[in-house]
Amino acid sequence: MRVAILRFPGSNCDQDALYSLRDDIGVQAQYVWQDESSLSGYDAVWLPGGFSFGDYLRCGAMASRAPVMQEVRRFAAEGRPVIGVCNGFQVLCEAGLLPGALMANIGQKFLCQDVYVRSESNISIWTAGVHGVLKLPIAHGEGRYVADPETLERLEGSGRIAFRYVDGPGLVDGDQNPNGSMNAIAGVLNERGNVMGLMPHPERRTRALLGATDGLSIMNAFLALAV
Amino acid sequence: MTTVRVYVTLKPSLLDSAGRTVAGALQKLGFDELNEARIGKLIELKVRDYDEKRVKEMCDKLLANPVIEDYRLEVQPA
Repeated sequence: MRVAILRFPGSNCDQDALYSLRDDIGVQAQYVWQDESSLSGYDAVWLPGGFSFGDYLRCGAMASRAPVMQEVRRFAAEGRPVIGVCNGFQVLCEAGLLPGALMANIGQKFLCQDVYVRSESNISIWTAGVHGVLKLPIAHGEGRYVADPETLERLEGSGRIAFRYVDGPGLVDGDQNPNGSMNAIAGVLNERGNVMGLMPHPERRTRALLGATDGLSIMNAFLALAV
Repeated sequence: MTTVRVYVTLKPSLLDSAGRTVAGALQKLGFDELNEARIGKLIELKVRDYDEKRVKEMCDKLLANPVIEDYRLEVQPA
């Protein structure tokens, strides 16, 4: 199992992903620069968080048109695993690999806090190991998921809501959907379930030293893929 | 050289959180008549051999996201 961690100018969670994948999960991972035109030799693709191209124009807009994304499209179309976290989720939406878009948080604030999420999907390797509620960190200014009513209905009806913000201990009313996402959506899947995008950062919660290991239930999917 | 202004606006059905904040500030300044403010983008392009089809292609390929935005062009008189 070798994971390609894509890097764009302005990516900043690429190292978090590398350390988590390599040291905590135990799979090989390498950085792949956005100008590359091949992903041969890789078994999975990770699009990291950050502020690719300074979030200019729209978050993820320029990165989604980078040369390597042509290859990511091909990779995804073959049913191979692709995951985008935070800015990576925004890039996947801008690329049209996932439906919808991510807009400025409803409260106009950059949010850096823990959230509680639950998966309601059983169509994807990415959520197969997730049971119950996870406490994961978010760090974003533009995480409000939006999509047209027909798309939302289609996602809801076909198990494609990868994660939803939910109540957790210590939360007061309204806190459970921190950015105002439609249907409290924190992550979505493509039709085949091989492409997932989510705003919370599972890679930041894979070792006890960092406070908790709730991210393992998502990150361990890489081990299942390796078999 | 032709100057083309591309106005990118959020689809009316979507909440504009920045616009809402601005509207709130204007109301606090005493502009009670204000109901709503919505913020869009103005992108000014300078192109050679202007071809509307090509500029629309620029909008469709990058400048606007059809999931959340609409756009319109305004060609500046030479």
